[in-house]
Amino acid sequence: MKKELTRQQYLDLYYYMRLNRSVEDMMVKLFRQNKIVGGLYSSLGQEAISVGTAYALEKKDWLAPMIRNIGALLVKGVRPRDIFMQHMAKYDSPTKGKDGTSHFGDLDDLHIVSPISMLGDLIPVMTGVAMAGRYLGQKTVAMTWIGDGGSSTGVFHEGLNFAATQKAPFVLILENNLWAYSTPVRKQVPLANLADRAKAYGIDSYIVDGNNVVAMYSTAKEAVERARAGEGPILIEAKSFRRMGHAQHDPAEYVPKEMRAYWEARDPIALYEKFLTSEKLLDARDKKEIEEKINALLAKEREFAENSPMPPPEFAETGVYCTGDDCHKIRAKWERPIAEVTPPRSSVEAVWTVPGFGSGEGSRGANAPMHFGDTQAAETLPAGAGKPAGKPPAKVTPQKTVKTAPTGASRKARR
Amino acid sequence: MPGSNGGASNGTSVTFLEAIKQAMFEEMERDPAVVLIGEDVGVYGGAFKTSEGLLERFGWERVIDTPISESAIIGAACGMSYCGLRPICEMQFIDFIVCAFNQITNFVAKGHYLWNAPAPMVVRGPSGGGVHGGPFHSANPEMYFVHTPGLKVIYPSTPYDAKGLLKAAVRDNNPVLFFEHKFLYRRIKGEVPAGDYTVPIGKAVVRREGIHLTIISYAAMMHTSLEAAEALAQEGIEAEVIDLRTLLPLDEETILNSVKKTNKCLVVHEDTKTGGIAGEIAAILCEKAFGDLDGPLMRVTSLDTPVPYAPSLEEYFLPNAKKIFSAAKELARY
Repeated sequence: MKKELTRQQYLDLYYYMRLNRSVEDMMVKLFRQNKIVGGLYSSLGQEAISVGTAYALEKKDWLAPMIRNIGALLVKGVRPRDIFMQHMAKYDSPTKGKDGTSHFGDLDDLHIVSPISMLGDLIPVMTGVAMAGRYLGQKTVAMTWIGDGGSSTGVFHEGLNFAATQKAPFVLILENNLWAYSTPVRKQVPLANLADRAKAYGIDSYIVDGNNVVAMYSTAKEAVERARAGEGPILIEAKSFRRMGHAQHDPAEYVPKEMRAYWEARDPIALYEKFLTSEKLLDARDKKEIEEKINALLAKEREFAENSPMPPPEFAETGVYCTGDDCHKIRAKWERPIAEVTPPRSSVEAVWTVPGFGSGEGSRGANAPMHFGDTQAAETLPAGAGKPAGKPPAKVTPQKTVKTAPTGASRKARR
Repeated sequence: MPGSNGGASNGTSVTFLEAIKQAMFEEMERDPAVVLIGEDVGVYGGAFKTSEGLLERFGWERVIDTPISESAIIGAACGMSYCGLRPICEMQFIDFIVCAFNQITNFVAKGHYLWNAPAPMVVRGPSGGGVHGGPFHSANPEMYFVHTPGLKVIYPSTPYDAKGLLKAAVRDNNPVLFFEHKFLYRRIKGEVPAGDYTVPIGKAVVRREGIHLTIISYAAMMHTSLEAAEALAQEGIEAEVIDLRTLLPLDEETILNSVKKTNKCLVVHEDTKTGGIAGEIAAILCEKAFGDLDGPLMRVTSLDTPVPYAPSLEEYFLPNAKKIFSAAKELARY
């Protein structure tokens, strides 16, 4: 780790990782006291990923957590009491007991989209959030996470491909923690690096040590700013390890002992403490101060959560539909002149203008020519073309205009 | 372009398809938060040309051609709706909506209930049979979604309703599925008024007054039911015909008022029999109008099979005026 942030930033990262772990430690206690209604999922050993990536976002940016991204929620401004109460199904929780775990969001203030349990669905949703932010002129970036397991879903492909075609300001963190429940990553994906999947979408990717919070932060920061600048979506593979089972009930005996030992020796918080100490950014007194601050905060937050009532039974029947303005005033927040997207300024000629048509711009011209004799044959391309290494795409062939011939309605035009 | 007047309706008779086009055009004109997203909706103007002219007028940012990725279309629209936009998603054929089933039923539909997140979006597309589209281009998948709390489901039968209900759907704060029976697209015409209007979601309408029995239907079968009602009138049986228009929420009041008057009920739908809306209506009548019934609830529906391709098979599969006529006569005898 090399020194590149301000002291406050270094200490923020430390604070949030410690807070992340302490919140989860406290929830394990609550779970063992039967105060948590459903399952409890742990991000032990993966805190650097949640904290480092979410810390790269601005306040106006959007995130959607997965089940092991408690740290990202804390960084974004969620109070620990909300996380406790979600798990305890309390009436004062963000979902008022209607859902648990990290399944909650905040559209108005924190800009958090709630996840669902079906993996990958957040990818197109956050693509839409990113597209809307761009359309409204807000210059926001959307971020979400997916596991090695979730990267095999169909909607991962649909979402990331669509984000890529739209050049949406979207950053996807692929947390490769080596296990999808009990199935090792090698049984799921025949790739050494899951980041290689980015090539298929013509987008750039990074591979990062997921246990190095500074690397996570600085990579995410670069990706977020590139996405914001209009370079399109970026995939970051964070290599780490799921130290607990899938959830509390799972002892994870299927994990080889040597693998566990290897990763336990690389605890992200311990590694970071060592770095901070050697760089003289943190001494024993600072550490004690942070610990006391967290302990005092969590004692208060836990007390609040425990004292919150359970929802009244008949509350189950409410809130299926939005009843209108009295329920939600839905108004787009424009940060660009509306005239740009309304006629006559929005008017265009309905023809395709496809840059580099036939050569596959996303793959840097490395594809074989598809339709036109005027594109360069693949074998004549310079060596190394089509082997991106985190660089923005090179400009390819000049624009070509293809005019479609409008015909009558065609049925069954597809498949 | 939707007419040389820039798409504004002028109180004339238009096709069902033109009514839908006008609704989208006028809503996009009215509110820049409305965008259209789907396969081939832009340059090509939609497989059935329902979005013809929209790209020219509103541009690439608002008329979004997508890859063949229904889950991405629905998901992205949902994300847009969270940011205050009001996207209209086109399913090229409504059959393909099931490719995004999870996205609709688990993500879009549950958001308001679970975490107070309204998703003001519309999913629309051509549905229904009778055009020899075969098993994957003729579906009536409305009941998968009528079973999903959080959605609204509309299935109109006239150009007036199609336009007014689509406008209402765009302005609604909830996710609305809007089924367009493709048999009606160019086959029927109807008056639409000049100027802006909406038709309320969740309200059925009595299309024909009658006293001997109630026929409840919607979409293309509403027209078939009216045809049967005319034939029944020749034999002295006056059927009341109700057009549901919205399937979720269902207008129980209109149904109950009619059945309390006629005491007999026949439900006609093009959807297959098992799990169709007729079963739900039967249950409602049993619960709330059991004492008013003078005969069994009867139903005329498609067969419990996939939609077959050959015209002879499809005609056998679908309900028709003759089948409705026979069932109604049988019911009238009670």
